[in-house]
Amino acid sequence: MQSYLSINEVTKRYANHLALDRVSIEIPQNKIFGLLGPNGAGKTSLIRIINQITAPDSGELLLKGQRLHADHVTQIGYLPEERGLYKKMKVGEQAIYLARLKGMSKSEAQKKLKVWFEKFDILNWWDRKVEELSKGMQQKIQFIVTVLHQPELLIFDEPFSGFDPINVNLLKTEILKLRDQGATIIFSTHNMASVEELCDQIALINQGEKVLEGEVNALKEANRNYTYSCEFYHPVSNWQTALEKLPLELLESDPLSNKLKLLLKTDSSLNSNELLRMMLPLGELTSFQELLPSMNDIFIQKVGKTTKSAGDE
Amino acid sequence: MNKIILILKREYLTRVKKKSFIIMTFLGPLLMAALMIVPVVLATMQNIGEKKIAVLDETNWFIGKFEQDENMQFHYVFDAVDSLKKQVLQGQYDLLVYIPRPELNIPVNAEIYSDRQIPLNVSSYIKNTMRKEVETKKLLASGIDPDVIKSAKATINLVTIRLDEDGGETKSFTEINVALGLFGSILIYFFIFIFGSQVMRGIIEEKTSRIVEVIISSVKPFELMMGKITGIALVGLTQFLLWVVLTGSIYGVFMLIYGVAEGPQVLTTESAMTSSAESMLPDMNNEALTEIIEVVDAINFPVIIGSFIFYFLGGYLLYAALFAAIGSAVDNEADTQQFMLPVSIPLILGLVVSNFIVNNPEGSLAFWLSIIPFTSPVVMMVRIPFGVAYGELALSMALLIAGFLFTTWIAAKIYRTGILMYGKKPGYKELWKWLRY
Repeated sequence: MQSYLSINEVTKRYANHLALDRVSIEIPQNKIFGLLGPNGAGKTSLIRIINQITAPDSGELLLKGQRLHADHVTQIGYLPEERGLYKKMKVGEQAIYLARLKGMSKSEAQKKLKVWFEKFDILNWWDRKVEELSKGMQQKIQFIVTVLHQPELLIFDEPFSGFDPINVNLLKTEILKLRDQGATIIFSTHNMASVEELCDQIALINQGEKVLEGEVNALKEANRNYTYSCEFYHPVSNWQTALEKLPLELLESDPLSNKLKLLLKTDSSLNSNELLRMMLPLGELTSFQELLPSMNDIFIQKVGKTTKSAGDE
Repeated sequence: MNKIILILKREYLTRVKKKSFIIMTFLGPLLMAALMIVPVVLATMQNIGEKKIAVLDETNWFIGKFEQDENMQFHYVFDAVDSLKKQVLQGQYDLLVYIPRPELNIPVNAEIYSDRQIPLNVSSYIKNTMRKEVETKKLLASGIDPDVIKSAKATINLVTIRLDEDGGETKSFTEINVALGLFGSILIYFFIFIFGSQVMRGIIEEKTSRIVEVIISSVKPFELMMGKITGIALVGLTQFLLWVVLTGSIYGVFMLIYGVAEGPQVLTTESAMTSSAESMLPDMNNEALTEIIEVVDAINFPVIIGSFIFYFLGGYLLYAALFAAIGSAVDNEADTQQFMLPVSIPLILGLVVSNFIVNNPEGSLAFWLSIIPFTSPVVMMVRIPFGVAYGELALSMALLIAGFLFTTWIAAKIYRTGILMYGKKPGYKELWKWLRY
């Protein structure tokens, strides 16, 4: 698959720490790409390099096979984590100004802004000063300004912070819609639930290094830890002694009067069909499911491990 | 380039539309016009109300010597001092002039009593009259006719004429040049400070409102900085030109109304506006007035205004870059202090030294300070009305251009790192590191 943006061996060093250490990431076209990592991992440094706010010390970035160039900024929309607007400026005037900095003409910006303002039901804010609006309202305007020039590449850094759940949903719908219309989206967040919900693919950065990259589902598969949940109706009375004889670990049990819920862990030597066969004598099996790790688990597992090993050095 | 213009336009329009700009635009000329007009008005409003003055002259030297006018009415009385003092307190007289009998032959002492502050012109009139009278009497006693002395008095009309290389001659009036030079340098000093700190505040505002990262994802930090600096420069020029036009028209309207009534008085005040020295020459004849007008005409206004605009822009660009660097390095205005001091010292030095340079505009201090870019905008303005060799002017201007290119280069480096730094208060060491990124 042709990747939209290739990040090759990018290194960025600040006065006395290495922000990015030979990081290479392929960002596929028309996908939502999650850029994950703990605080201070180097995500913002990488995003700033993609936006050409700073330049890498070494390495290169290719956008659709072309070396990243100053003209590419018009094809990128960036919603930074630290964002704001001119407080004394009027909403509409300011949105037009920011759109024109991205290379849009005044009339085009005006036309498109009206459409978006109508969609978000904020047309009556047009002539109000930004300082009169709440934080959530300002965020909406920033989102609109980010996507207005219909960039091919969108970069959202913690886009949901400061939004109420209703607006988070509105935004999620819009982000998915933008992908469906052909945009490639880089999505940086700490919120793992939204990663699972939105991202097709992720890369995990920790301490300036890429520690993980791949499709969300494939990563979950690769990091499976052979945990299953089973539910029985009318379990046999000696289920506990029966389990002890089997080559598996009981993580949790939840016996009710005529029901039983188990959480089991095995290892790679046992496949799920074999396990299923072992479970059948224990009662009327109503549910059998492998539990794949959540992105949250993977994040904690990977970051925790490297942080620990770094601490050992 | 296109984006710099967009930024410039925003910076310019938001500032020009501000209430404070509009108020300053109208208030400035009013204040300036007031500076010119008030002395005129005051001069014509000399009558402080009629004073009734009692003169108790124990020497009999001055009886009838004080002349009555619309301000002063003299009554020669012969009464006890104490009862006269009482009468002053009761309000029968405003003033009591008491000239006691002298111990020697010649009266040298006098006392003025009043229950209020005594107007300066009244006391000086009394003093002068007495002095003249005593002098005349002394001359007569030595057998000299005072009329001889009077006729021996001469007035010297000194005109300084500048020779220039192409053989031209220009009449110059030092007082006018001093005033013009100081006025220009003070104006440049204030313009650099006012608009330079606007640059700084604008950058701090962008940083604290966190819009800066949104903008520099669209434009280069350098474009943002230059757009801001040039936009505010145009605000400064707009303000300056509006001031010139408005001051001129307020003054013109005033002169039209006042001038018709006062006649030749207008001419005296017109020169008083450029030189306070004129007020010392109240009994100048019309010939001298036309001479002044000649001198004013001879002042090379195109060069002065042209170099004002050049030195304002050059000095502003040089300092605005430094102010921009400071603004980018800090999170709020309170933290700017430590960096502001070294930046403002050369400016203040220039202004302070200007007062001395006026006396010796060709000296080596004047030369060097008007060549060094950090002080040249303020100092050169003082020298220009006196005439500066074109070679020197060119050198100074070239160095100023080089100077602002240099500070802009430095500032751009600090700026692009500084605007993305939050939370820590950088020191000079930190800035030095940013320079080398």
